[in-house]
Amino acid sequence: MPEGFVSNLYVFVLAGFVGFEVIRRVSPMLHTPLMSLTNALDAIVVVAAIIIAGRAESTLSIVLGAVAVAAAFSNMIGGFLITDRMLRMFKLSRHKKQ
Amino acid sequence: MTTLQPTHLMDFAYIAAIALFVLALKWLSSPSSARRGVLAGEIGAALAVGTTLFNPELVQYKWIVVALLVGTMIGIPLGMVHMTAVPQRTAMSHAFGALAAATIGIAEYYVRFPHLTKFGMTEIALEVIIGSLSFTGSLIAAGKLQEVLPQRPITYRGQNFVSLSVLGAALVLALILIIHPEYSLLFIAMVIVSLIFGILLVTPIGGADMPTVISLLNSYVGLSAALLGFVLNSKVLVVAGALDGSSGFILSVIMCKAMNRSFTNVMFGAFGQLQPVASGPKQDRIVRSATPEDAAGILRASNSVMVVPGYGMAVAQAQHRVRELFDLLTKKGVDVKFAIHPVAGRMPGHMNVLLAEAGIPYDKLVEMETANSDMPQTDVALIIGANDVTNPAAKTEQGSPIYGMPIIEVDKARTTMVIKRSLSPGFAGIDNTLYYMPRTLMLFGDAKAFVGDIVQALSDGGGH
Repeated sequence: MPEGFVSNLYVFVLAGFVGFEVIRRVSPMLHTPLMSLTNALDAIVVVAAIIIAGRAESTLSIVLGAVAVAAAFSNMIGGFLITDRMLRMFKLSRHKKQ
Repeated sequence: MTTLQPTHLMDFAYIAAIALFVLALKWLSSPSSARRGVLAGEIGAALAVGTTLFNPELVQYKWIVVALLVGTMIGIPLGMVHMTAVPQRTAMSHAFGALAAATIGIAEYYVRFPHLTKFGMTEIALEVIIGSLSFTGSLIAAGKLQEVLPQRPITYRGQNFVSLSVLGAALVLALILIIHPEYSLLFIAMVIVSLIFGILLVTPIGGADMPTVISLLNSYVGLSAALLGFVLNSKVLVVAGALDGSSGFILSVIMCKAMNRSFTNVMFGAFGQLQPVASGPKQDRIVRSATPEDAAGILRASNSVMVVPGYGMAVAQAQHRVRELFDLLTKKGVDVKFAIHPVAGRMPGHMNVLLAEAGIPYDKLVEMETANSDMPQTDVALIIGANDVTNPAAKTEQGSPIYGMPIIEVDKARTTMVIKRSLSPGFAGIDNTLYYMPRTLMLFGDAKAFVGDIVQALSDGGGH
């Protein structure tokens, strides 16, 4: 078993726990923005796609890398944009305390 | 003797990005801090992408720039969709996320396959299988939500057997590849079979189960990103994938609980097709209906109103009229709240967004448990476009397909009013016994028009 695998597994398990504990506390009211935000964060795979496309090892890897860059980056842009649009709509009552 | 390499700087940027991502999710715990969370996420993502562009391994930038521009051109319209279309947009973005993960895995295979170890091949095969099936599965889900594909579950005899055989075929191909990573034609076959499995997986699932499916696909996409992190030995992907995956998983569990279903039931049960259970004799059931003026009179005389909105409200574009009704009643001193069932709308939390868009303050939105404990002291429960989530049969009729599903107990309110076009059954195809109860008043008509008429009657009727 390669050494990298074990350290990645540590990171995966710990991140999973952190994710579980943090996301459990997200207001159920915000579950739709949660999903669009995690989509945008997940789009960080764009960094791997950039490296695949930019190393230009073969025509195939450039094509596949570029497709991945476009797909992931659209998620990043679109995900942050719509999450912020949604969150801007959540407002408290104007005369809450009287 | 070690010096600071450019790759170390990248690692620091990635660590900062990860920390910002966790903060982003943490700040989503309340609407008041949530926008700060988006900003944190944006800074983290910009930091990671910006640093990556300076990676010395990059030799050619042309296609990266083109792809980033294409991504921006797709992303902006997808970020500007109407709020009612957010579920299908989300399914599309699951598809894009899965597409990115799968294509990177495929590219990595072709770069490395002559020298792949068995272990490396296992990681790539798993990653590509999950990425590919999530891609087509999400496309089908988006198609169903956009209603270009039929909402009803599409089933045939032996379906589960066929689907599982296709998945089995993908796994067998993966096994052969692990032994012989150089059989690249088999790799293509494995990708194609996984794509087919994604289609077979989601096609039989009905519209009523979309909130669960969309959450499950969310966790698959996260898992494929995390696996990609294993393949590429990239911890930032492992963490982002784990966060996304656990988020999707938590939401799936919440959605399953809200419908009293299990994962296997959602995936293989084909909910909402034939309803063999006949619900009692139909002839002696009495339905009471009322006019907008009657409804306005009852609302004006009440102290507390609980509105129970469903996706039908959004379909009828009635939310802005509902807001006018909310404003009028609030001005008259009536306490108006909105009871939100977890599966109201077509994805987790969708109804809250629709109401927030209409301008309903979020402190007036209450969760199901709170709503149910307030219900016996509520004068009027007003149901707009919701059906199955209010059906008392879920509590009383053991034979009903929705038996055991938690509902908003509108039948406990002093008066229950239901705005509905007809007595037809809802999304799940189940008759609603609420409509024949003695304290229920049916308000027949289009939600938008009817609420508009109530608003009209309320403002004509004077009051201060």
